[in-house]
Amino acid sequence: MADAYSIAELTTYIREMFEVNENLQDVWVQGEVSNMRRASSGHWYFTLKDADAQLKCVMWRTSTARQTVTPDDGDEIMAHGYIGVYDSQGVYQLYADSIRAVGAGDLYRQFELLKAKLEAEGLFAPERKRPIPTFPRRIGIVTSPEAAAFQDMQNVLRRRFPLAEIILSPTLVQGADAPPRIVTAIERLNEHAEPDVILVCRGGGSIEDLWAFNDERVARAIAASRVPVITGVGHETDFTIADFVSDLRAPTPSAAAELATPDSAELALGLRDLSDTLHGLIDDKLATLKYNVTASRRTLGHVAPASRIRNFRQRVDDYNVRLAVLQTGTLVRWRERLAARTSALNAADPRSILKRGYAIVYRSEDMERLDKAAGTKAGVGITIQFHDGELKARVEDKDSHERYKRTLF
Amino acid sequence: MSDINELSFEKAYEELEDIISKLESGDLPLEESVTLFERGRQLSEHCQTLLDKAELRVSQLTADGRVEPL
Repeated sequence: MADAYSIAELTTYIREMFEVNENLQDVWVQGEVSNMRRASSGHWYFTLKDADAQLKCVMWRTSTARQTVTPDDGDEIMAHGYIGVYDSQGVYQLYADSIRAVGAGDLYRQFELLKAKLEAEGLFAPERKRPIPTFPRRIGIVTSPEAAAFQDMQNVLRRRFPLAEIILSPTLVQGADAPPRIVTAIERLNEHAEPDVILVCRGGGSIEDLWAFNDERVARAIAASRVPVITGVGHETDFTIADFVSDLRAPTPSAAAELATPDSAELALGLRDLSDTLHGLIDDKLATLKYNVTASRRTLGHVAPASRIRNFRQRVDDYNVRLAVLQTGTLVRWRERLAARTSALNAADPRSILKRGYAIVYRSEDMERLDKAAGTKAGVGITIQFHDGELKARVEDKDSHERYKRTLF
Repeated sequence: MSDINELSFEKAYEELEDIISKLESGDLPLEESVTLFERGRQLSEHCQTLLDKAELRVSQLTADGRVEPL
């Protein structure tokens, strides 16, 4: 039995194999940059990839300082350097010393092409976006059960809206097999679970890790879902085709869980407000009615017989007072009138006329007052009244009297 | 009217909001107001109870379309 190599011995042997191969010590390689990391030390670490393979790369600070191109994820570049082995991780990698840009990356080109195609079909149209229900009873989740993202989402949902039921439709979320699995997971939820909303999610990762969500089949499955779909793929800065097609894009899986649910703490507050409003309304109602009853009772008091009687009594009293006043006035007036009549009467008293030298003549036989000479013949006895007494006389004819003017006896 | 205890949170909350807007519109006879108020109070309590007691249920959809607890 042969002696076994130690790992270090074998790794050194492999490294030396690379180092003696001239082709590998001066090589140009082309691919798309991903996982680009610029360390604070000044070194760059990245991966070059194409559809079939990937190559780890490192460029030391001494070289990065001289580069005119600073590659980003998705950039297609040519890199020059040598292939070596990084012993402590057991990986071979390109130790690059020079970089050239080669147009836009292939994955990005695919992305842009698919995006333009689906957009032209109207799959991103705002009017296609369906509203997310406010109170989901059942939430379908399409993700990997092992992923931290799924735990995060459960935590968010448990905190925000534990009234909901979660139905996980498990799937791969990464790799070439992922797209058809994601499609099946979405379709299965639609067919069997009748959720109110579906969350299609995957935690953060490199652009390759998220690539399944840029797959046309996944995009079409989301568009075909009868249930509204919220996507939460990667981090805030990651936009996938799935995000454009979905009814609502969330920046992360946790955010998707938040957007899918109301916050039960806010609900509890809202509930308290509603309850307060309810009590306020009934209190107001009762207060209004009570007020009306009081007001009615007061009105009723005014029209009640007892009070009307009191009222009439008061009016009678009032009238009495007014009557008394009137009476007093009347008496005064009557007294004045009487005085006036009395003085008029006095003025008209015949005796006062007699005093001024007039006399009244009566026919003595019947004491008829004579107011004219005619009609009274000679021989008629008359009474002449003066103010101080009467004279009895007899009428004579004119001739006899002329004859006998002198007084007889 | 349906049995309050059978109502989902959503339905109960909606009905509570309905009742309040009915009461707010005024004009209701006292007896109806009091009946509505009492139902509103029960709905509010029901919602609160649902919130307090709720525990997130998590299940998984199997390949043959069954829902089973996770």
